[in-house]
Amino acid sequence: MTCAATIADYALRSIGIGERLLPRSDFTLCEQVTLIGSGMIWNIYFGTVALLTGFALATAVALGKASRNPLLRKPAEWFVFVFRGSPLFIQFFFAYFLFLSLKSAYPAWGAFTSAWLGAALVLFLNTAAYSAEIFYGALRSIPKGDTEAADAYGFAGWAKFRRITWPTMLRLAWPAYTNEAIFLFHATTLVFFSGFPAAQQRGDALYYASYFADKTFNPFVPYPILAGYFILATLCIIAVFGAVNRRLNRHLPAERRARRPRMMPQLAR
Amino acid sequence: MFAACADPASLEGLTWLACYLTTGKHMAIYWSVGTVLLLLAITAPVALAFGFGGAVMARSHIPPVAWIGRGYIAVVRGVPDIAFFLFFVIALDQAFEYVRHRIKCPDWTDPVRQGNDFLVCPAAKLPLSTAPEWVHETYGFLVAVLTFSIVFGAFAANVLYGAMRAVPHAQIETAEAYGMTRRQTFRRILVPQMWVYALPGLSNLWMVLVKATPLLFLLGVEDIVYWARELGGTKTPQFTDYPHGDWRMWYFLALLVFYLGVTKVSEIGLERLMRRLSHGQATTGGELLRKEVTQ
Repeated sequence: MTCAATIADYALRSIGIGERLLPRSDFTLCEQVTLIGSGMIWNIYFGTVALLTGFALATAVALGKASRNPLLRKPAEWFVFVFRGSPLFIQFFFAYFLFLSLKSAYPAWGAFTSAWLGAALVLFLNTAAYSAEIFYGALRSIPKGDTEAADAYGFAGWAKFRRITWPTMLRLAWPAYTNEAIFLFHATTLVFFSGFPAAQQRGDALYYASYFADKTFNPFVPYPILAGYFILATLCIIAVFGAVNRRLNRHLPAERRARRPRMMPQLAR
Repeated sequence: MFAACADPASLEGLTWLACYLTTGKHMAIYWSVGTVLLLLAITAPVALAFGFGGAVMARSHIPPVAWIGRGYIAVVRGVPDIAFFLFFVIALDQAFEYVRHRIKCPDWTDPVRQGNDFLVCPAAKLPLSTAPEWVHETYGFLVAVLTFSIVFGAFAANVLYGAMRAVPHAQIETAEAYGMTRRQTFRRILVPQMWVYALPGLSNLWMVLVKATPLLFLLGVEDIVYWARELGGTKTPQFTDYPHGDWRMWYFLALLVFYLGVTKVSEIGLERLMRRLSHGQATTGGELLRKEVTQ
């Protein structure tokens, strides 16, 4: 079988398009690269969905945590503590078994026991908590002069938040938030190892990589392929977030701009 | 465990629960908590040592050594840690067996890798197939510890590398002005001062390490995740004196609470350590402590 035929058969295997049966023996390099790349579709799906939805909740939770009203502050603090204080791996397991028992009581919960919804929900809450902590830290380090100047210009309420507080918060949080995005993409590999079933062997990149490693008993081919894909994904994230960072900082004089986000000044997970 | 537990069928309410939670298998899950703590206790210092080595290598003036150090830091950071765990467990095992194979069976002519098999001579198997069960378990645990140390060593190397660069340059220059050699400057000036800069990063890393311990399950160690799945599953009266439905959700809730507790305790402990290390340092934290004392 030529490599082009393999790509046609397996490139979309992880979402159920193409050849149903996985190769069983005599694995070629092409098959491994194609299938692991096919699994990356899931990693990108989980990462993107969680990042986009988590961003909105994170902003809300960060504002709640910074609020003076204890009715808003306490739940936000607990939310952040629970999701940052416990391992994501355990959260996946707990959520999966929670959805299973909900499903047996109310069949409407059935969709949550499959990875595309259930795991995405867990990742959404998890990244929201981590990002909220980053945004909260940024919210507290907004220069006092900026908000005072906003007051002097007559900004208040929503207009002040939309025009002054929020952009400054994002600008300050962005390097750390870039790290969180990278870690979130790494965390997506946990999904299919934590209870959520890979229906008809439609798994993510690590699922296929470990499938090949188990079958060939040779870890030196599939895992470097996986590593290559993830380094590529990381570089893409850095490029996209770097572009946003430049836009957020475009009003600042060149030498005062926040430099390119360092890849890992702090570890998120 | 208790005398009252002799006839489980007749038990009710709290007594039933007390008896249920002290069965032999539940003792195994409590012991596996010990496994997790043991892993943390061994991995943390070993990873710190790996990190120190990596940071020193990355700072080296000899280019190939610096490349190895920087490469070690960069590769482990760019790839999901779980992929490394799965990779190293097989790779380390095969590396050990291959080295033993070359030493113990020099006249073995067959290739080691035959198709989908990895074949070494029986004498090179690790642990030997005749070894008792506990040797196999200990070996698996040690490979897991080594894997964790390699991965977290790279993170620690990154933190320590940054901390070494954060020590004010004037301190190094002063040491040179006093005529200290590079080695003396490193030992007497740089290393004692770098810890306060490294601690925020290292505390973060400790939290990450604590939260990575459930991954032991994926490395084939019978840890708390393994037992939570075992014990939580539906139990029928045929096989156990304590039948119950699917309780895995509650077992994982208990694990969640356990980890939250560990996190809280770590936070308090690390806060105290930070106060101690900041004492007398030329940082904002140290300055605050000085003011507290003088006021």
